[in-house]
Amino acid sequence: MAKRVGIEVSLAVSHAVQLARAEAIAAYPITPQTHIVEHLSSLVANGDLEAEFINVESEHSAISACIGTSAAGARTYTATSSQGLALMHEILFIASAMRFPIVMTVANRALSGPLSIWNDHSDIMAARDIGWIQVFVQNGQEAFDHSIMAFKIAEHRRVLLPMIVNLDGFILSHVVEALEFADQDTVDRFLPPYSPWHQLDPKKPVTMGAFGMPEVFAEFKMKHQVTLMNSYDQIMKVWQEWGQLTGRAYHPVEHYKTDGAKILLLTMGCLSEVAEIAVDELRAAGQPVGLLKLRLWRPFPFAALREAVYGAELVIVCDRALSVGGAGGPVLSEVRSVLYPVVPHPKVLGYVIGLGGRDVPPEAFKEIFFQAQAEAEQEPSEEFYMYGVRG
Amino acid sequence: MTKPLEDFTWQEIELGGILREPGSARDYKVGDWKSQHPVWTKSHCIRCGVCWTVCPEGAIIEEEGGYFDVNLDYCKGCGICARECVIGCISMVTEEE
Amino acid sequence: MDKFDVASSQKYDVYASRLLPKEEYFVGGHRSCQGCGEALAVRWVCKAIGKDAVIAHATGCMEIVSSGFPQTAWVQPWIHVAFENTAAVASGLEAGYKILARKGKLPGRPPKVVAMAGDGGTSDIGLQALSGAMERGHDFTYICWDNEAYMNTGIQRSSSTPYGAMTTTSPPGKRSIGQATWKKNMVAIAVAHGIPYVATACPSYLFDLYFKVKRAVETPGPAYIHILSVCPTGWRSATDLTVRLGRLAVETGVFPLYEVVDGRYHLTIDIPKLRPVKDYLKLQGRFRHLREPEIDFIQRQVLAHYDLLLKKCEAPYPEFPPLSQTEEGE
Repeated sequence: MAKRVGIEVSLAVSHAVQLARAEAIAAYPITPQTHIVEHLSSLVANGDLEAEFINVESEHSAISACIGTSAAGARTYTATSSQGLALMHEILFIASAMRFPIVMTVANRALSGPLSIWNDHSDIMAARDIGWIQVFVQNGQEAFDHSIMAFKIAEHRRVLLPMIVNLDGFILSHVVEALEFADQDTVDRFLPPYSPWHQLDPKKPVTMGAFGMPEVFAEFKMKHQVTLMNSYDQIMKVWQEWGQLTGRAYHPVEHYKTDGAKILLLTMGCLSEVAEIAVDELRAAGQPVGLLKLRLWRPFPFAALREAVYGAELVIVCDRALSVGGAGGPVLSEVRSVLYPVVPHPKVLGYVIGLGGRDVPPEAFKEIFFQAQAEAEQEPSEEFYMYGVRG
Repeated sequence: MTKPLEDFTWQEIELGGILREPGSARDYKVGDWKSQHPVWTKSHCIRCGVCWTVCPEGAIIEEEGGYFDVNLDYCKGCGICARECVIGCISMVTEEE
Repeated sequence: MDKFDVASSQKYDVYASRLLPKEEYFVGGHRSCQGCGEALAVRWVCKAIGKDAVIAHATGCMEIVSSGFPQTAWVQPWIHVAFENTAAVASGLEAGYKILARKGKLPGRPPKVVAMAGDGGTSDIGLQALSGAMERGHDFTYICWDNEAYMNTGIQRSSSTPYGAMTTTSPPGKRSIGQATWKKNMVAIAVAHGIPYVATACPSYLFDLYFKVKRAVETPGPAYIHILSVCPTGWRSATDLTVRLGRLAVETGVFPLYEVVDGRYHLTIDIPKLRPVKDYLKLQGRFRHLREPEIDFIQRQVLAHYDLLLKKCEAPYPEFPPLSQTEEGE
């Protein structure tokens, strides 16, 4: 039976990984991911999780060791943040190209410099093109649920891709929330033991990681592209199945008060909860506003987003990362590009907010709403807007 | 025999680019790189097998009677076998055009 | 037949070759250069580790010559991920098999895990991952193919390039004699981790290499073997001299063959009277620019290093204390 507990979100994620019966964990400490791996190592140390915990000497080795454990045939998990994710960078592409269903939590944090341990999405946005499945969560319950579902999605025979669950560092990872736990029986029925499709076994020797000449490299990439796009169906199936078990339904683009909305805010991660407050207040004041929460980042939910903006005149994308010298935030670029073929397509304006842990209260979203509304009525004065920057 | 690279479609790339046939490089004949190849004077050969141990290609094979010869498909003509032969019964012979 | 070991290999003299396993695990058709000492080493290491082994290989010459899609020269299960992380991948493999065995999901003995990398992948870019894996005590064997430079990318110097050698990034010139630093001592670094088995080897001393590798994979815990792999392309030497050059490296004391078992050094190939290093240097174009004073310097340094090694071999104490057993029943 499911039980309701008050727990720090990082610990809830550790328990989700425990319930998923992860067999191998390789991790290196980095703030604000530490509570997840600390708790997992104590679960392993106490025999509450039958797993190997590899205390690697860097994140580069963490993801490399994860490829090793996955290639051996073990269900594999890791977690990191920020510089750690950046240090993993080159290996992330290889993990997905080699089709190892590793599950990773990224407790999102700013990338240096200057050094900042606080939350934004610049770490994961720099790893946008790594070929992993990527989702964002907005609260502890979602973090718990998606940490379990990720294994089922990643390990599916037609998917076999690594998957990242993004949760905001500190403002989500370190808060205590009341959430509903799943019991072991339910999770065991939902998630059968991992039976690897490809592994290194002397009884059936294979070569993994052959290099590709120019004649085949693009074919390798095409296979990866098609597989990642096709994983969408499996993601939907797993979310539905979990929904039936728990009553909690998840969608690639979540809607909040979008009925009749002419102006849509678009957020990712746990600032969505703050944006909801702003939407409530704006709606109460008669403004035709709604909120879209982009949950599934890779594969990008093209159809779901296009459908979600139907009838809207303005979409305000709130990015938590900056493409310095580029087109604002990565989410803005993609949303604009995805909506461009929609006829008639809404105006899309972008705001970069909440960098490096800068607080974003509901008032900020309200202010952004009014500013954007005004900007949209004329030729926008900027390519995108840096919100709340002094000077 | 594996087919030419340019004939692979993306659908034919195995999951993760995995290769399931151990030692399939045997299909690739490196023998045409060589400009010389070893020849054994069998009457002098003591059949010790040192030539077989020093070949980086594993191209030297044991024949009936315990003598050795070379698989010309894989011999690159480096000449280590001739250099290391304890008796000196291997000579390197230049390839004919 | 007697047990096939070092002693029997000596007893049968040249015919001992006959006792070695026939089956090939690194097959012809790989694309190494002519006379590649590294390919020769790989061939015999793979035989020594046997079929119940899994190999993690770093980016480098041996990876590139052996694993171009859709063909592989490897017979054992083999994985290549990247350049600097081979020891970490091997750590994961070892831990993966361990947990699967513990959960009863792996019938039989877990496979031997063997990591392989070149000298750049080991002593430069891969050093951190290797240090971590050795420190954590994984049960695996790490093999370094030392051809003394980044040969795969076109003969650039590494920290394993010997003093005086010409490479494309340590060229001799008006203000340079070539490589200006002494070769990094990877063996001492491995030993400093307190691991149970460390050795040097060279395919020119085939039985010495073969039995060291066998011992390494059978030793519980981390083992490190540093294999000198003559590279005719990078060393600018004749392709047929590969095995001879390896022998000269040992006979001159440039690359002594020894083991460090539980912290105790001992020579496995004793050279009572070392040959002059000149005999070794003169066969290689990479040293051609050296003049007498530099050669004398190298000679003195080689002897000094060799003397120190002999002293380590004679030392009455190991490099690190043996792991004491937990007292039970007290």
